[in-house]
Amino acid sequence: MTTKTKSKTTESVVLKDYESVIIFTPVLNDEQLKDAVAKYRKLVTDEGGELVHEENWGLTKLAYPMQKKSTGFYILFEYRSKPDFISKFELAFRRDERIMRYLTVSLDKHAVIYNQRKRNGEFNQGKKDQKQEGAK
Amino acid sequence: MPEAPQKKKFCRFKKNGIKYLDYKDANFLLKFVNDQGKVLPRRLTGTSLKYQRKVAQAIKRARHIAVLPFTGDSLK
Repeated sequence: MTTKTKSKTTESVVLKDYESVIIFTPVLNDEQLKDAVAKYRKLVTDEGGELVHEENWGLTKLAYPMQKKSTGFYILFEYRSKPDFISKFELAFRRDERIMRYLTVSLDKHAVIYNQRKRNGEFNQGKKDQKQEGAK
Repeated sequence: MPEAPQKKKFCRFKKNGIKYLDYKDANFLLKFVNDQGKVLPRRLTGTSLKYQRKVAQAIKRARHIAVLPFTGDSLK
């Protein structure tokens, strides 16, 4: 429309870096998991955030049983969003029965750099001293 | 002071220029817990106070997402 709606402040809000690890129950099948992940991916972008990176660890063994289950699907989102988006995002996690647990962390500048370099595979050249010992 | 029985301890973060501890990296965090899964004190690992705080925070996060156990008998 030609009516000039001045969207004040909404555009100028500073985006911050966040990272969420979500653990889905192992009872989901591939299709259901894909749907669930797509839902949250959409939620991030719909709310004016931008998805930086997404990682699927697949069915992973838990270090201790959780809701009587010993495995879970780990999904990692790294994204930039407005700070007040986090409460909405986490509310959605809590309402979702498919999610066993989640963890959202705000990333500082060192973390952002670390994640970038990790994605570029820079840590396989023995950069992080003995860290690689147990890695595949 | 009656100190330095063996070689001097050092903070591995300062020495290697590590700025960020990844709470998702279980293999690395295992160096900072004993085999029951308890956080090792600075006096044993040599970590500086600044990074010991980060170690503790990362271990707690790792426990929450079941990357590390809260307790265990023989982790190593």
